[in-house]
Amino acid sequence: MFAFIVRRILQAIVVMLIISVIGFAIKQNVGDPIRQLTGISVSKAERDALRTQLGLNDPFMIQYVRFLKNAVKGNIGQSYFYKKPAMEVILTKAPATLELVFCSAILIILLSVPIGVYAAIYPKRLFSRFALSGSIVGVSFPVFLTAILLVYIFSIKLGVLPSYGRGETVTIGGWETGLLTLDGLKHLILPTISLSSIMLPLFIRLIRSEMMEVLQTDYIKFAWAKGLPRWRIWFIHAFKNTLLPVITVGGVQLGTMIAFTILTETVFQWQGMGFMFLEAVERSDTSLLVAYLIFVGAIFVCVNTVIDIIYGLVNPMVRITGRT
Amino acid sequence: MGRLKKFKDSYFLYSFLHDRMAIASLVILLVLLIMGLGAPVFAPHNPYDTTTIDIMDAETPPVWLDGGNTNYILGTDNQGRDLFSTMLYGMRISILIGIGAVCMQAFMGIILGLLAGYCGNKIESFLMRLADVQLSFSTMMVAIFLSAIFQTAFGVARFEEMAVPFLIVVIGLAEWPQYARTVRASVLAEKKKEYVEAARVIGFSPQRIMWRHILPNSLSPILVISTVQVANAVMSEAALSFLGLGMPVTKPSLGSLINSGFEYIFSGSWWITLFPGFLLVLLILVINLLGDWLRDVLNPKLYKG
Repeated sequence: MFAFIVRRILQAIVVMLIISVIGFAIKQNVGDPIRQLTGISVSKAERDALRTQLGLNDPFMIQYVRFLKNAVKGNIGQSYFYKKPAMEVILTKAPATLELVFCSAILIILLSVPIGVYAAIYPKRLFSRFALSGSIVGVSFPVFLTAILLVYIFSIKLGVLPSYGRGETVTIGGWETGLLTLDGLKHLILPTISLSSIMLPLFIRLIRSEMMEVLQTDYIKFAWAKGLPRWRIWFIHAFKNTLLPVITVGGVQLGTMIAFTILTETVFQWQGMGFMFLEAVERSDTSLLVAYLIFVGAIFVCVNTVIDIIYGLVNPMVRITGRT
Repeated sequence: MGRLKKFKDSYFLYSFLHDRMAIASLVILLVLLIMGLGAPVFAPHNPYDTTTIDIMDAETPPVWLDGGNTNYILGTDNQGRDLFSTMLYGMRISILIGIGAVCMQAFMGIILGLLAGYCGNKIESFLMRLADVQLSFSTMMVAIFLSAIFQTAFGVARFEEMAVPFLIVVIGLAEWPQYARTVRASVLAEKKKEYVEAARVIGFSPQRIMWRHILPNSLSPILVISTVQVANAVMSEAALSFLGLGMPVTKPSLGSLINSGFEYIFSGSWWITLFPGFLLVLLILVINLLGDWLRDVLNPKLYKG
């Protein structure tokens, strides 16, 4: 087990290194930091001097190692627009995005598990069929369109919920949260629903198909024959075994969720990382762009590694086949 | 004639004719395709021709509402373009990019998947690791990053000029792993069969075995994934355009039309956003339904990969 964990972590480090090389290459080739730093009045000789002084004339590898050393210390460059370290900018924006992802994840779990299980146990009932065909329509709805429709119905037509921004927030130890005020929660409803709308159909279908497969197996038949109560068979015996694939897919989908926050945050003007990323693109703020790439990459890699390790803990087969 | 008769008797056609959903989806898809690709013929106005556009017509509501103009059935957008015509032209761009991106993915995915599946060893583990890593980032994210980088690297003006090929490349590069995985999985299954061994004994070259023997036999999962991927590509294109990283407003696709209308939804002009939105959903939905039906009929067990 220990060897398995070590190998996974080594793999994660290699992936992070690759991401950092890509990020650094983008930074090197797109935009000129000297032009960003100096005005028009600075002569060419002075620019060249500054270039040498900042070490921009060094070979690629040397500059990369310097970049990496700084990155390990948490310094991944200066945002051109905010005139602040890029990491700081991202960290002030991250809570908004993470809260959104967190709430959507809870909503997805709360809805998809009961619906998926129900649809697997009673596949012929009207509600199950409705859920299944509804999920195909749901998959075909782009997330930004769901968001726009929600805004149109609930903010413009009915005027019940706010359409943009985070509302009133409270700061607790540097974490700006909208979860503790009524206004903040109200602002959270529509973005959460639209962000979860993209994953919900997928999870309902996944849980349903996995659960149906498990319900066909011999040990479930045996459990029926033993005369165990129904809920025990469904939830203790069958559901536990459907969880395994659901966890793996869930981990991968978390990455997708972060990608979709860019879309949801644009519609709702949500002051999170995704919105910041788009602004950075518009302003050609390469430094911030690369910092975002590395930050989000780190989140993905961490989540995937943790999920792989959990998977290895739960399912010994993975560990053993991985060893050969 | 022999082939035609064979097709007529096939299970494929039989199950198609007995599935009302599939027939309806195909009919709608064909109508959309013809309307989209033949946009210059069917559209009453030409939205690219700036001389015919009058800004005074901007935000005319659809015919059945107050202030509607029979000239513009579905109303006009914020620049005074006929919405119906603009939607048709937009759909044409969406379809072109969708199909183009899938061709690109198929090209990359099939070659890399065949290589990985047939050669095995180091190439395989390298390619599949790469695919895994890229997929864990989600195709959407990769596409957003690629086009953001393209846009900053080439400049916005240049990007808008070349938007269609750029988007095809971006979406193709972002989604090839899906293809490569499917192809590899089916190649691995085919490789063990006897006919491949026989071909090898005859002394055919690996290229020939891969292209002429294995590939034709793994076509059904490829066909299924192609349908789903067209829907995905159309969706990605719409998302990119909505973010302002795709088609410019002067040559709008459905996504950029939705984006440009979104600002006006607050002032009551809902039609600029919602009509293209519904057209987009309809297009994606029928492709997805057809893909689902195809998967049920061809039933490639390797689909999960």
